[in-house]
Amino acid sequence: MTERPLPTITPETRHFWEGTRAGELRLQRCADCGGAYFPPRPFCPSCGSADVAVFRASGRATLYSYVIHHRPAPGFVPPYSIAVVQLAEGPRMMTNIVQTAQTPEALQLDMALEVMFERIDDDISLPLFRPAGRAA
Amino acid sequence: MKPGSIAIVGAAETTELGVIPHMSQIQLHADCARNALRDAGLKAADIDGLACAGEVPTNVAHYLGITPKWVDGTSVGGCSFMLHVRHAAGAISAGLCTTVLITHGESGRSRIGAQPRAILPASLQGQFEAPFGILGPPTMFTIPVLRYLKTYGNTQEQLAMVAVVQREWAAKNPRAMMKDPVTVDDVLGSRMIAYPFRLLMCCLVTDGGGALVLTSADRAKDFPQKPVYILGTGESVETPMISQMADFTSSRAFRVSGKQAFDSAGIRHTDVDHLMIYDAFAHLPLYGLEDLGFVGRGEAAAFIAERNTAPGGKLPLNTNGGGLSYTHTGMYGMFALQETVRQVRGTAPAQVKDVQVAVCHGVGGMFGASGTIVMADRPS
Repeated sequence: MTERPLPTITPETRHFWEGTRAGELRLQRCADCGGAYFPPRPFCPSCGSADVAVFRASGRATLYSYVIHHRPAPGFVPPYSIAVVQLAEGPRMMTNIVQTAQTPEALQLDMALEVMFERIDDDISLPLFRPAGRAA
Repeated sequence: MKPGSIAIVGAAETTELGVIPHMSQIQLHADCARNALRDAGLKAADIDGLACAGEVPTNVAHYLGITPKWVDGTSVGGCSFMLHVRHAAGAISAGLCTTVLITHGESGRSRIGAQPRAILPASLQGQFEAPFGILGPPTMFTIPVLRYLKTYGNTQEQLAMVAVVQREWAAKNPRAMMKDPVTVDDVLGSRMIAYPFRLLMCCLVTDGGGALVLTSADRAKDFPQKPVYILGTGESVETPMISQMADFTSSRAFRVSGKQAFDSAGIRHTDVDHLMIYDAFAHLPLYGLEDLGFVGRGEAAAFIAERNTAPGGKLPLNTNGGGLSYTHTGMYGMFALQETVRQVRGTAPAQVKDVQVAVCHGVGGMFGASGTIVMADRPS
């Protein structure tokens, strides 16, 4: 089985991938309008301000929507979930829901989730989410 | 562009449709382009404006022997051709050119001479979506629908009804790839692709193309076909990443594009006799009906289930059978435009009676872009 596609890090996204490698979910926040945002860029997509800072997010999220893919894909064993989670800080991101059955019954919209990091290689650790409240 | 000042005077699809392994992608562009030129009674030398997607305009101009003085290679996915119509209308109005050819050719199934499909690993989508196992539109376009269904209390049976009704239209169309009737049980019993989407809720994958010829309305009466007038147009884009779509129950690009088209045409919803909404997947007509304002938010599934869009209903929708049952090469928008032209001309296989005003609404990417064209059988 071939590997899953991996990101090529760019200068504007380096803080995010350094964060996941260190076990942190890092977002950005605008000092002018206060909004947290993702994906990374060096200015606020809401108000345009360049006065922005990286911060460590809580890693708490809820399940916003998903599909369960039933066909083979490089690096995955079907069926597997492809999900969009709503982070506690506001932004949404795509991920996989892990450590639970890949079924509609186990994957309920709005269920509480928490981030975990799957180390792929020396450069890349991916942010995945699992049901909240389980021991690490 | 003044409403009704530009007209479509040539329109045609590729001679064959569906599985065409003996034609490369550039030849599919040429085949439908030559059919459309014949339809308009023109030669390649008469064309001074060219727009296309999938192939860059340089390729198509060279292959066909066209010397354009205006080109548009806007490529925002399957609705690119709606944007081309809008841009061409503006260009003709501004005097940049007089006669525009718009081409689409795509070897989506046979992949002969087709560009490779790839997500750049350094793009935002490559970094923040591709690592999580997305594999083509069935794993991306579909993601919002569980949120939509939960928000409005709709069911998978209602989603399946979209495919059932469109197959009824396809049954009337000899060129449709899938013509056999299906039931809700057939749809819900078909192979699971990406829960909750099953095979019959997903579009076909085919080869084919289509082309249009546009010119100013004051010249249109000199052409052999009944002119189809452009009353209004709209376009917008939102995001290349489905995960970053602002509202999973409604498309901003649809709302912006649709409103521009209706406002510029000066029409009301009750004026619309015929509607096309690009249906790459069964949920697209639901979002389209709501975001264009034909029904309220959350009302589209019931509207379709009550047969308002079915043969005999008050708002005939996707009367060629749509991407679900007619054809879908990858960028289906051109085929939606072709059906709208046929319906306004009065030449469609499943012809709706007396179509005076028709709306054709396209999507590009995964809710990432949109284009909307209002056509009419008279200039105003």
